[in-house]
Amino acid sequence: MDPLDIARWQFGITTVYHFLMVPLTIGLGVLVASLQTAWHVTGREQYLRMTKFWGKLFLINFIMGVATGIVQEFQFGMAWSEYSRFVGDVFGAPLAMEALLAFFVESTFLGLWIFGWQRLPKAVHLACIWCASLATVVSAYFILVANSWMQHPVGTEIIDGRAVMTDAWAVFTNNTALVTFPHTIFGAFAVAGAFLLGIAWFHLYKRRAAGIDTVDEAGRVVVGEDTDRGRNRDRTDYLVWITSLRLGAVVALVSFIGVAFSGHAQAQLMFEQQPMKMAAAEAACHDGTGFSVLSIGDLSSDGATTCDDIVGVYEIPGLLSFLANEDFTTEVKGVNTLLPEYQEKYGTHLPDDPMYGERAGQEINYLPLMEVTYWGFRAMITFGGLAAFAAAVALWIVRKGTVPRVRWLSRLAVFGILAPFAANSAGWIFTEMGRQPFVVAPNPTFDGVDQVFMFTAAAVSPGVGAGEMLFSLIALTSVYAVLLVVEVVLLFRYVGGGVGSAMPELNDTDDGPGEDDDVLAFAY
Amino acid sequence: MDFLPTLWFVIIAVLWAGYLFLEGFDLGVGMLLGPFARREKQRRLLINTVGPVWDGNEVWLITAAGATFAAFPHWYASLFAAMYVPLVVVLLALIFRAVAFEYRGKAETAAARRLWTIALSGGSLVIAFGVGVLLAVTTTGLPLNANGDRVGGPFAWLTWPAVLGGLAVVGFCLAQALAFLALKTDGDVRVRSARLLARWFPVLLAPLVAWVAVVVAGSPRTGAVAALAVAAAAAAAAWAFAARRAEGRAFLSLGVFLLASVAALFTAAYPVVLPSTIDPAFDLTVANASSSAYTLQVMSIVAAFGLPLVLGYQAWTYWVFRRRMTEDHIPDAHAVTRIV
Repeated sequence: MDPLDIARWQFGITTVYHFLMVPLTIGLGVLVASLQTAWHVTGREQYLRMTKFWGKLFLINFIMGVATGIVQEFQFGMAWSEYSRFVGDVFGAPLAMEALLAFFVESTFLGLWIFGWQRLPKAVHLACIWCASLATVVSAYFILVANSWMQHPVGTEIIDGRAVMTDAWAVFTNNTALVTFPHTIFGAFAVAGAFLLGIAWFHLYKRRAAGIDTVDEAGRVVVGEDTDRGRNRDRTDYLVWITSLRLGAVVALVSFIGVAFSGHAQAQLMFEQQPMKMAAAEAACHDGTGFSVLSIGDLSSDGATTCDDIVGVYEIPGLLSFLANEDFTTEVKGVNTLLPEYQEKYGTHLPDDPMYGERAGQEINYLPLMEVTYWGFRAMITFGGLAAFAAAVALWIVRKGTVPRVRWLSRLAVFGILAPFAANSAGWIFTEMGRQPFVVAPNPTFDGVDQVFMFTAAAVSPGVGAGEMLFSLIALTSVYAVLLVVEVVLLFRYVGGGVGSAMPELNDTDDGPGEDDDVLAFAY
Repeated sequence: MDFLPTLWFVIIAVLWAGYLFLEGFDLGVGMLLGPFARREKQRRLLINTVGPVWDGNEVWLITAAGATFAAFPHWYASLFAAMYVPLVVVLLALIFRAVAFEYRGKAETAAARRLWTIALSGGSLVIAFGVGVLLAVTTTGLPLNANGDRVGGPFAWLTWPAVLGGLAVVGFCLAQALAFLALKTDGDVRVRSARLLARWFPVLLAPLVAWVAVVVAGSPRTGAVAALAVAAAAAAAAWAFAARRAEGRAFLSLGVFLLASVAALFTAAYPVVLPSTIDPAFDLTVANASSSAYTLQVMSIVAAFGLPLVLGYQAWTYWVFRRRMTEDHIPDAHAVTRIV
């Protein structure tokens, strides 16, 4: 087994996994901070409850993002040491800045927020959650600067065989980063919006199913109460869920619009910067203007270097040109046109350089795995669009104040939470797999930086054996699988407990000893 | 002398010192969870003494690694690839420990709680040992070839200095944690940790002293010897304070001991950042492993702004949570009541 393949699987698995937690952290963090602000300003009980409940779920998820993020930072050096040596001068900077300027803020202020509920003045406490949640956004920016440099290297020259940063401003204002950042942040808010929507729907449905809330002849909600047996489902509880549902749906809708526009800007850049990725997204062999709705044929480019068997079954004329260049006539280059161009510019075989190890002299396949790029691109758009459509429908359904007493709709709302997650994962898999065979894609836009690129085959650690890589792949994958189950079980349990799971004082039926100054408001 | 690479060598030393100083006690508190705490409330007391700060402390490690990547890519790449297997184990420990902090209190059964205790406690031990090994091989060397790649298989790093370094950090973390608990708690935990610290002090700190002495003996330049002398004096003072139950001064002296030890290690190692045990010609040094002057300039500006800020708000955090804690402060655990 080639260590390169294992290292790639490991990077893919750990990154996709890490990015299940990250968007929820980013989106939910800002929403929790906004809810606490609403409580601070209005003093309404429902906002406090929302802050506490969504804050609890936020923390359960946050820690998994932290834990799996460290793996990312270490793995460049561990498994990709040649890559780290080649790009460290420019790629290390945003990572170090992320730790120093964002991650420190995130971790420190989140600790203050969790334990500071009664220790800090209210305004200071509120400022802590804003610092922590905005730091997650800043964090995303730095990481996306690093990733965008791999997609579109700028501000860099090759000196003594290494990529050396010559213009930090260019690196940090890379046009690829500036469109990827909003795309990713909107994608994160789409996740958080669907999360609020699905869970709030579930609770409203349960209130209806238990007969607490009913509807009158006009279909308007009649809110009831059930405060027996320590189950606090009062009128404020209703407000918590209906407000969360509407907030989630609006956030999901607005995010989708943002995702669509920024995605369009990304496609235009991709058309210029990585034409082969664009062609592979379409499984387009020949130049054309149409967006493929369905193409069939042997998409598996496993070893294949042409794509002549692929037949477009149905395509929308002009749409691809619009995505790429905002008109309906621009010919978007297909694989068969691009392949000779790439071969001429970057060679047909890996150079006979020791950095390629045993892979030196191998033929280069410039074609990404097209079944992945083609379907990844479509899965991203489909799941993202479905989630937005569902959010619009949900807003309409709850216009009279509650959800229908229909179980399958409630289940659909809960399953719908997964759609934006799937869209995010598919999008990243597409964009990273579409960059292959390069780990740093060549930048065709400017003269002079044309030579800054690196083949993935050259990036892997030469000193690390397949056995070591396999050990870490198996160990990390199994631990990740177990922890995913643990996280999901915990999320289910805390969702099932409702607001009371985050505010146990709500479930106290007796008047008890009350608040004790000496006891911590929160403790692990 | 190249000014910027040397400056970044110092900054990385500062980051490691900051990491060991701060996470030192929270790793130690984690390790003590099993053997030291007598009952569940006491275990939770221990966890909560570091609850608000452990995550912020851990970022020092992430920043140390990130800064090494940015300022010395060859050092980062060679060290991390050579230490592949131990780092995988450390990563798993970091994952389990972090998750245990958040999830332990949410466990519903005693058995699940015990598993999380093991994850937190064992994770802390593995991290401390692993970080010690990583730093030890940084000072004593690895079998690296001309390209900086490890030869000799996945366990080529396993030498007695590596093990000594691992023990050194474990011992220091335990001492630091006992000093911290004596300072941070009241009641049974305070009394016992102060007593344990005074009794076990020499045993806990001997490996670190031995490691520093070995490294300084190999490169006895004035600065390193002076730092070693300061470290020894601070250790003696810390022991005396610990014996007299002067908790604050014992903790601070231990801190000075650590900072002086790290200073001695890095001063002795300079200008080599990662020695090759195969051929000194293959040594990675501040000159041949560093990033370009331009990148280091950019990073210096960022660090000059960022590092004081971090120190400021982290110090404020410790001030906010400065109160001594007892078992009485720990609220009763409550299970989640399902309402649907």
